[in-house]
Order: sequence, then C-alpha cells, then structure tokens
Amino acid sequence: MSKIILNDVCKSWGKIEALNNINFECENGELLVLLGPSGCGKSTTLRLIAGLETLTSGTVEIGDRDVSNLPPVKRNISMVFQNYALFPHLNVGENILFGLKARKVPKNEQKKRLENAATLLGLADFIDRKPAQLSGGQRQRIALGRAIVAQVSVCLMDEPLSNLDAKLRQEMRQEIRSLQQRLKMTMIYVTHDQVEAMTIADKIILMKEGCIEQHGTPEDLYDRPATAFTGSFIGNPPMNILTPDDLILDGLPSFPTPLAGSTIRYLLGIRPENIEISGESGIEGLVVAIEYLGADTLIVCRSGEQLITLTVKGKTGVSVGDHLRLNWKPEHIHLFNGEDGRRIEGLAGGLIS
Amino acid sequence: MKLIFQPRYWNHINGWLLVLPAVFMISLFTHFPIGSNVFHSLFSMGTATRPEAFIGLENYKYLMDDDIFWKVLSNNLVYSLCTVPISIAIALCMALLINRNIRGRSLVRMAFFTPTVLPMIAVANIWLFFYTPEYGLFDQIFTVFGGDSHNWLGNPDSALYCLIVMVIWKESGFFMVFYLAALQQLSPELKEAGLVEGSGSWYYFRRVTFPLLMPTTLFVMVNAVVNSFKLVDHLVIMTKGGPDNASSLLLYYIYENAFSFWDTSYAATLTVILVLILAIITVIQFVVVEKRIHYQ
Ligand SMILES: Nc1ncnc2c1ncn2[C@@H]1O[C@H](COP(=O)(O)OP(=O)(O)O)[C@@H](O)[C@H]1O
Ligand SMILES: [Mg+2]
Repeated sequence: MSKIILNDVCKSWGKIEALNNINFECENGELLVLLGPSGCGKSTTLRLIAGLETLTSGTVEIGDRDVSNLPPVKRNISMVFQNYALFPHLNVGENILFGLKARKVPKNEQKKRLENAATLLGLADFIDRKPAQLSGGQRQRIALGRAIVAQVSVCLMDEPLSNLDAKLRQEMRQEIRSLQQRLKMTMIYVTHDQVEAMTIADKIILMKEGCIEQHGTPEDLYDRPATAFTGSFIGNPPMNILTPDDLILDGLPSFPTPLAGSTIRYLLGIRPENIEISGESGIEGLVVAIEYLGADTLIVCRSGEQLITLTVKGKTGVSVGDHLRLNWKPEHIHLFNGEDGRRIEGLAGGLIS
Repeated sequence: MKLIFQPRYWNHINGWLLVLPAVFMISLFTHFPIGSNVFHSLFSMGTATRPEAFIGLENYKYLMDDDIFWKVLSNNLVYSLCTVPISIAIALCMALLINRNIRGRSLVRMAFFTPTVLPMIAVANIWLFFYTPEYGLFDQIFTVFGGDSHNWLGNPDSALYCLIVMVIWKESGFFMVFYLAALQQLSPELKEAGLVEGSGSWYYFRRVTFPLLMPTTLFVMVNAVVNSFKLVDHLVIMTKGGPDNASSLLLYYIYENAFSFWDTSYAATLTVILVLILAIITVIQFVVVEKRIHYQ
C-alpha cells in the first residue's frame, strides 16, 4: 500500500526555518493538495517526501516503510516538476522511457508501457519529436507520461500547471484528476491556486509560514475555516474578515455568540456570497467599486474604515457612490479569535447586542 | 530618370555599411595576408645577387621531399592527438568535480585555473626546471624511489612527450572554465528528475550531461586543435625543436625558416600548408559534430 505519513517533520537551512513540525497522513489512493501562499514551504515538504532534501528532524513513511534516509530511487515514487524537467535533446519517447531504461526494464515491457501511456495522453503522434517542438500542454503530458510508465503508486507534483494558460490549466487539472482516479495513484499535489486545490482535491492541507493551518476536505475548509487566514485564503473573492466596530454591530440584528459576557477581542468572518442587500435594516455601506464578472457582480462597499466585498447574481442596478444596506444571516457568521485568528466554535448560546 | 531607392534596397545598403568596418579589418589582417602569402610561396627567395623570381610550384615540390617537414608534421599530429583529447577530458573531469557543493570549492577552482593565467614563457621555464636532469623535480622524485636520472628533454624519445604533458597541464584549466559555465547553465531540475527516475551518476552523465555539453565540447575542441598548431612559445625556451627536430612542430619549423634561415618564401609555402590543415580540420569538426549537437 502507499499511504504517506509525515511525523514531526522539521526542515531548516541554517537560521531559515522552512518547516516547523509538520504532521499529516495521506491515505492510499487519495489526492492530497498542499496549498498556501508562495514561500510557505509546500515545495520543501514535497521535496522531503521525494528525498531530494534531507530532513532536519522527523520521519517520512511511504507504504508502511520508513524512507527518511533512503535516496529518491528507493522510495518508489514518481514526480512531476514545475518546469517539467524534460531532457531537451531526447525525443518524447526517450524522455518518457528515461527512468525505465535507467532501471533496465526489459525492452518489450518498455514498449508496451510507452504505447499505453502515449495513447492515454494523446501523445502517440509525437513520439519522435523533441520537447521544444511541442506546446506547453503536450510537454506537461510528457512529464505525466513519465510518472505513468514508472507504475509506482505514489506521484508527487509541484505546481504542475503553473506554466500553462488559464483554459489549458482547467483541462489539464481535470485530466490529472481522472488519471489519478483511474490509476488509483496516491498523489500529493502542490499549488498556490485555491481554485485548483478546491476542484481537484480529496483533502487539502493549507500551509502558512512553515506550519499547517488546516487539514481537511475542500468542504471543511470552505464551510468551517479553522483560522481567519484559511477563511481569507479559500473562496473567490475571499471571505471578509471584519473588526466588529459600532457601525457593524449596530447595523446587524443581534446574533447568538459563545462570547457573550466575555471581553475577548474577536473577528467576524463573512463570505461575500452570503451578504444580502436589504431594504431598510442592516449595515450602511457606500459603494466604492463594482466589478461585473458575467454570472455575478462584485461590489465593494465602505463601512466606516472597513471594506466589505459582496457578490450578487447577474447584473445589478447599483452604481458607485450609492448607499446600500447590507445584511447577513447569523448562521453564515464565522467568529475568529482576534489574538491568534483561531476559529471560535459554537455559534449558540448568549447574544451580542 | 530619377533613381528611386525602395526601402528594401536601403535595408541592404544599411546592412553593408554596418558590417563594412569589420569586413575591412578582417580583410586587411586576415584575408589579404593569406592571399599575399600564397602569392609569395610561388616565388624564389631573392638574394643580393639573385632577384626573386617566379618559380611556380617549385617550393611545394621541395616541400614534398623535405624530410624535416614530414618529421615536424608527424610530430604535430602526435602532439595534437595527445593534447586535444586528454586536456578536454581532464577539463571536463575537473569541471564536474568542482561543480558540486564541496567545501573549499573556490580554492580548488583557483588551483585548477592558475596554469592558465601564467604566461607560456613562465610555464616553460618552470617546467624546464622540473625536467632538469638530476636537480629537476621529476628526477629528484625518481631518485628517492631508487630510479635513475633521466635527461628528459635531451632524449629524442621523450622530448615531445614532455612537452605534451606540460601543455595538457597548462590548457586543461582554461577549457575547464567553459565546461563549468556550461554545467551551471543546466537546470538542477533535470538532475533531480534523474535522481527520482533512478539513473545512476554514470548513466545520467552519459545520457544527459555529456550530450547537453556537446556545444561546449565542439567549441573547446576547435580551440584546442588550433592551439596545438599555433602555440609554440614553449619550444623556444625548452628544446628549440631538438634534439634532432624530435620535438619540433610545424609552426616552429616555419618560424625557423623565416627568421633563422631567412627563407621567407619556403616559410610562406609551409604556412599555406598549415592554413590548409587548420581549415580542413575545422570544417570537418563543424560538419561532423554539428549534426550530433543539440543546441538549446
Ligand atoms: N535551498 C534553500 N536554502 C535556503 N532556504 C530555502 C531553500 N529552499 C527553500 N528555502 C526557503 O524555505 C521557505 C519555503 O520554500 P518553498 O518550500 O520553496 O516554498 P513554496 O511554498 O513557495 O514552495 C522559503 O522561505 C524559502 O526561502
Ligand atoms: Mg514552490
């Protein structure tokens, strides 16, 4: 089996601490996405699993085997690199078969696997071409081909789509997902694009500054963000994180909160798609910007010092300079601790008024 | 009728004007001397009593029968065939060695490169000392291990090889720099892909590094071959081509003819042969190797 487990993994370069106590498990056949802003340690995590970097402390297990001190070859993995790592002087076939030849897999077996992968990826007509003669998407497929012919059950991908244009990116991510499911691969997929992560993942690990912010299904991350950072990272446009000042508290009808009576500083999280424009009651907002996106429209309002973004379906009659009243239902409110950004559970009980 | 220049003509004229200075300089210092050299090789040497006269291919006929010419030519072939591949191989090995993250890398790199920055005259003098019978470095080492003293440079059997060793020592560091630059251009991602795919270092070198270094190898090879014909400074210091022309090279023989024997027309004849040899070798290298090179 090919379950991947990281135990207390730390990695630092001299004084630079890239990863701090990373623990997670990736189940057999699961597609796990490592998501996070640039520099948060996604690639480092992946490279530690691949064995391209050495651990500072902790262990990595793949398929019930401690591989912490094994070289990449012995870890039974395949990897797709950001720039594809294709050998420019070798043709498509030789690029795909590079690893099999290195491992001296019999010739007829090589041929069989190459044909298989080439048809699967629609590369059959390009076997004799050099990478430079192919488009970005086709090059990406060569890199995938390499991972497929290796016939190992663990595949690691580091921002595999970041060099493609938007449309191709969407196609390729569906392709990668269906390949992963068909071949029952255990896949760890690194990206900084939350849309990519949400659409492709079984589970997402959101990282920030070398630590795990949240590990869960895409629905978990969207519905119950564990921190204000998760809330503002997942979703497009991002969640509004508001400091509850008088303007906001006065505008809202009272809502149940576990904070009643306590003096904790807290933050209010509300998703743009959950905000409604209401008639009389609600928070007062001055429209400062409007972005028409086709299916919906994005409206940015100012309330006191704070900006609130909301989306409405289709086109609106609202224009910049209008005064709106904004409202949302209590069940859509997320509460976060103002000190550490952690989610405050249990929107029930007392009331804030 | 008025001449109307269309833009495309202007383009051509512009282009020619731009390259004109370069064309002029190259013609003046390269093409014209070659032509004049060929021209001179067809004349006899003028002396005080006899003016120079057109003698056609007489000089070339003499050259065919000149034993020393054949001797220096074969010397030069041995010299090239030894120095070129060996110095390239050593350069590549050194470059691979210091392209890794090892401690004291810059020190090693400097050590490898030092022979290159020394002038040939200085190098020749240093090695002259190394080869000195009895007192020289090599003899001292040999006698410690109970060997006999050798007259390295005085022996016709060893003189040429002594020069070859020295030149390899001098040239390798220079070629290493080119290989090092090329190696640093290779993406580390390729190496990592190789590691994940399970290629050992030899397999990776054979299938990836070496082929991707081919453009550099061609460049270095052309330079090495040309150098092996045109660098003869050390002969002046170390052996003067001796003993009995055992270590003489083509260009040194030309130099002797022109400036020791003052037979400039025979020197011109030899020069024509040298230029021909170099041209042929260069063309062959480009045509043969070019086909097997992948340029990024
Ligand atoms: N080889 C290295 N030497 C020093 N610091 C590094 C090295 N590789 C990565 N880092 C640092 O580790 C942190 C995480 O990097 P990385 O894992 O590449 O982030 P990303 O999430 O963008 O992939 C960054 O701050 C980066 O500067
Ligand atoms: Mg990265």
